[in-house]
Amino acid sequence: MAHVSLKALEKIYPNGYHAVHGTDLEIQDGEFIVLVGPSGCGKSTLLRMIAGLEDITSGDLEIGDRWVNDLDPADRDIAMVFQNYALYPHMTVYNNMAYGLRNRKISKEDIDAAVRGAADMLNLNDYLDRRPSQLSGGQRQRVAMGRAIVREPALFLFDEPLSNLDAKLRNQMRIEIRNLQKKLGTTSVYVTHDQVEAMTMADRIVVLNAGQIEQIGTPAEIYHQPASVFVASFMGAPPMNMLEATLNGAGAIEVAGLGAIGALNSTPYSGPVKVGIRPEKVKLSNRQEGDNQPFIHEFTEELGAARLVHGRLGDMPFVVNLHQEDMIPEGALFASLPVETLHVFEADTGKRVAV
Amino acid sequence: MKSSVTSATNLPKINRRRRLVKWETVIDHSVLILGSALMLFPVLLTIMTSSYDKLAFAKNGLQFGWSDKFIENYNKALFEPSGFSGTIDGMTMLSNSLILGLGFAVGKIVISMMAAYAIVYFRFRFATFSFWIIFTTLLLPLEVRILPSYEVIQSFGLTNTYTGLIVPLIASATGTFFFRQFFRSVPEELVEAARIDGAGPVKFFIDILVPLSKTMIAAMFIIMFVFGWNQYLWPTLITTEEGMFTLVRGIKNIIQSFTDSNAIPEYGVGMALTIITMLPPVLIVVFFQSWFVKGLTESDK
Amino acid sequence: MKRAAFTHPWMPVLLLIPQLTIIVFFFYWPAVEALRSSFYLQDPFGFGGTFVGLENYFTLFQNKEYLRISLFTVIFTLSVTFFSLAFGLVFAVKADKVLRGASTYKTMLMWVYAVAPPVAGLLGVSLFYQGHGLITQIFALFGYEFVVGVNYKDTAFAMIAVSIWKQVPINFIFFLSGLQSVPRSIREAAMIENGSPFNRFWTITFPLLAPTAFFLLITNITYSLFDTFGVIDVMLRSEPGNNPMTLTYKVYVDGFRGNELGGSSAQSVILMVLVLALTVFQFRLIERRIHYT
Repeated sequence: MAHVSLKALEKIYPNGYHAVHGTDLEIQDGEFIVLVGPSGCGKSTLLRMIAGLEDITSGDLEIGDRWVNDLDPADRDIAMVFQNYALYPHMTVYNNMAYGLRNRKISKEDIDAAVRGAADMLNLNDYLDRRPSQLSGGQRQRVAMGRAIVREPALFLFDEPLSNLDAKLRNQMRIEIRNLQKKLGTTSVYVTHDQVEAMTMADRIVVLNAGQIEQIGTPAEIYHQPASVFVASFMGAPPMNMLEATLNGAGAIEVAGLGAIGALNSTPYSGPVKVGIRPEKVKLSNRQEGDNQPFIHEFTEELGAARLVHGRLGDMPFVVNLHQEDMIPEGALFASLPVETLHVFEADTGKRVAV
Repeated sequence: MKSSVTSATNLPKINRRRRLVKWETVIDHSVLILGSALMLFPVLLTIMTSSYDKLAFAKNGLQFGWSDKFIENYNKALFEPSGFSGTIDGMTMLSNSLILGLGFAVGKIVISMMAAYAIVYFRFRFATFSFWIIFTTLLLPLEVRILPSYEVIQSFGLTNTYTGLIVPLIASATGTFFFRQFFRSVPEELVEAARIDGAGPVKFFIDILVPLSKTMIAAMFIIMFVFGWNQYLWPTLITTEEGMFTLVRGIKNIIQSFTDSNAIPEYGVGMALTIITMLPPVLIVVFFQSWFVKGLTESDK
Repeated sequence: MKRAAFTHPWMPVLLLIPQLTIIVFFFYWPAVEALRSSFYLQDPFGFGGTFVGLENYFTLFQNKEYLRISLFTVIFTLSVTFFSLAFGLVFAVKADKVLRGASTYKTMLMWVYAVAPPVAGLLGVSLFYQGHGLITQIFALFGYEFVVGVNYKDTAFAMIAVSIWKQVPINFIFFLSGLQSVPRSIREAAMIENGSPFNRFWTITFPLLAPTAFFLLITNITYSLFDTFGVIDVMLRSEPGNNPMTLTYKVYVDGFRGNELGGSSAQSVILMVLVLALTVFQFRLIERRIHYT
C-alpha cells in the first residue's frame, strides 16, 4: 500500500488548453479520495496523469516512495477501473482478470489462486468462462473490479465507474466498492461528477473547478463548511439558497430588497457578500416574528420523506426542504433564517468569510 | 513522509519515457513516409515521363525530371486520332469511360435501392425466395462466368452497345446488400411515425428514406463510379469497335503499341494517356475520401 | 424485415423486377450455361456440341500445363494475400499511432485504390522494362538481368509485386478503420496491465482486429484470383506464351483465344466451386464471429 503525493502538478495540452493548474494533494496510505466537479473541471485529466495515461507537463508525482512522473502506466503499480469497464471483449472473465498477472510473469498457480479469490469476493465464480458480452452491466462492473484487485496494486484509480449503471445498481455497487476497499486497505482515487457518490464514499473529497482545487476536506467539512460559493452550490441537493447581501463591518447582514436578516458575532468584513443557507435549515411559519422574511410560495415537490417548497424571498428564488411531518402552515408564509446556519461568502472572490 | 520527499529530490529527473517515445515516433514516420513514397513513386515517374518525347523513355526508361513536351503529349493523347481505324482519340474514350462509370453507378444505385426497399419494408409472398435469388449472386464474380455472359450479350445483339457494357455489370447484389444493411439500421419508429402521419410506401420512400440515405448514396456512388470506370475484362470482350473503347480498355492498345517493333512507340503520349486514365477516379477518391471510406467499411458489416 | 412493414399487392414486385430481370439474364442463365457446356465438347465451328459428361474435367486434371497454372495460382494468391495484408497492417498500425500528419499519410496510402488493375500493370511494365526500367536497373546493380515476359520467375515476381502494390490500400483502409474502432479505454486498460507494446498488440489489439482480418483474407484471395486479370493481361502484353498466369486468365485464354469452349467452361465451373467454397467458409466464420459488444 502506499501514500500518493501530488506536488504542483500542471497539465497543459499541446493546443494550449490549461487543463490542470498547479495541484497539491497528499493522499494518505489507505485513504479513499474522491475527486468531484462538473464536467471539464480537470478531474479525469488529473486521474489520468496519476495513471500515466497523460503526460505530466510539470510538477512531481510520487506513488509510495517512488517518483513516477516518467514511468509507464504498467510500471506504476496501479490498477484502474474505467467508466465503460474496458473489459477485453475477446477474453473470458477469467482471462480478463488474469491478463495483468500473466504479463508480470507470475506462476500459473498463483494467478489461479488470485483470480479465484477475487471471483469469490465478487460472486463471479459462475461466470469465469463467460465473455464480457454475455454479462449484465453490474457483472461487467464486478469483473472490472476483479481485474483491479487481483493485481494487489499500491493504488486503485476509478474513473466514474458507476455512471453506466442504473440508479438501483449504482447504490448497491457504491456500497460494495467501499466495503471492498476497506477490506483491502488499498489507497484509492475515485473520480465522479455525482455528489452523492462523493459524499457517501469518500474519506476526503477534493472539489475541483476549472482545473483548480476549490476545497479538500471530509464530506462533513465540505457540506458544513464549504470554502467557496462554488463548493456550496455544487455539493448538496437541492443546492444551497444564495442571497445577495452586504456586511457592514460589524456583522450585520442586509439582504438586497429584504433588509436586515440578523447579525453575525463580530465579523470585521464589510462589503457585498453572498449569503447561503441550506434548504433544510430554513423554517417556515405563518407568524411574522424576529427577522422572519415574507416567503412567496409558488409550488411544492413531494419527495416522500421530504417535500421541497419552492418560492421567492423578495425577488430571489428560494427553496425550503421540509420534513415529511412538517406541514406547510396555512395563510401567509414567513421564512426564518437562523443566523448560526448562514454561510457568508465574499461576493467578488466567492471565498468564505470567516465568522 | 519526509523520506519520500528526499528520495524524490535525489532522483535524477531524466525524461526516460519521453526520449523513448521520440525514437519510436521517428520509426513510425519513417515507415509511413517509405510507404507513401512506394505508393506515389511509380505514378510520379509516369507523370514526369509524360512530359518527355518518345526518345527519352526508349533510351533511359522512366524519367526523373521535367521536359517541355507535356502539353504536346497531352494534346496528342486527348485529340489525335489513333488506333487501327484511326478514329479513336482520348476524348472519345474519356466520354465512353464517363458513360460507363456514371451509367453503372446510377443504374446500380437505383436498382439496388428499389430492391432493398422491397426486401426490407414489404411483407409479401416469395420475399425470402427473392432475397436468396438476389444474394446468391454475391457468390460468383463476373470473371467465372465470363464466357457464357458474353454469349448471352452476343445473342441479344448487344455487343458494342452501352447497354451491353453496363447492364451485365449490375448483375451482382453488392449494392442491394449494402442498402439492405443500411435500411435495417434505420429506426423502426420512423416507419411507424410516417404511417401515423398518413404516408404510404411511395411517400415514405421519397420523403424519408431517400433523404436519410444521402450519405450512403454518395458513398455508394463514389465506389461504384470507380468500379465502373476501372472495368477492363468486360469492356475488352464487349467492345470491338474502337469508337466504343473506354480509357481503361485503351490501355491494351497502349501496351500493344509499346511492343510495336517497327517504329519507336509514342511513349510520352502513352504515359499521358495512362495519367488521364487514372486521374478521374483518383481525384474522386481523394476528394471524397471520408464518404468513400465510410461506404467501403460499412458495407462489411 | 422490419416489424412495421407495408403490405401492397404489386409494389414489391414492381420494385424487384429490374434487379431480378438483370440477374436472371446475366447471372443465372450464364452460370447454368457454363455448367451445361462444361459437359459438352464444342464444335469449333459453332454447330452445337457432343455430350461428353465429365470428360472435359478429366482432360483438365491430366493436363500438365493446367496443373502447373493451378500451382502458380496458389503461389500467386498466397504471396499477394500475405504481403498485401502484412503491408496494409503495418501501415495502418503506424498511421493509427502518429499524431502529426495522420490524415496526409492516410490519403497517400489509400489513393492507389482508385487505380485500375491494368493501369497498375502498365506502371509495372514501365518499372520492369527490359534494360532500363527502374527496378530492372536496381537488379542490374546486383548483377542480375531481369527480363519480364521471357524469364518465368522474373515475370512471376513482377506480377506479384504489382498486384501487391495495387492491393495494399484497401487492406490499409480496413485495418485502419478496424483499429480506430478499438475503444480507447481498452487500449488504456492494456497499457496499465502490460508494459510491452509489442506483446500488447498481439494479445489485445490484433485479436480485436480478427473479424476485419478474416474478412480481408477472403477479399484478398478473391482479388488475387479474379481482379488481377488486368494486371496480368497488361504485363503479359496479351501474349501468354509460356509465361505464368492465373486460372482466371487461363479461362479467358482458352475461351476467347483458343476456342476451347468445353475446357474453358469446365475451368469456369472449377473456379465457381472454389469461390463458392470460399464464400461459404466466410459466411460460417461471420456466423461464428464473436460479437464484441
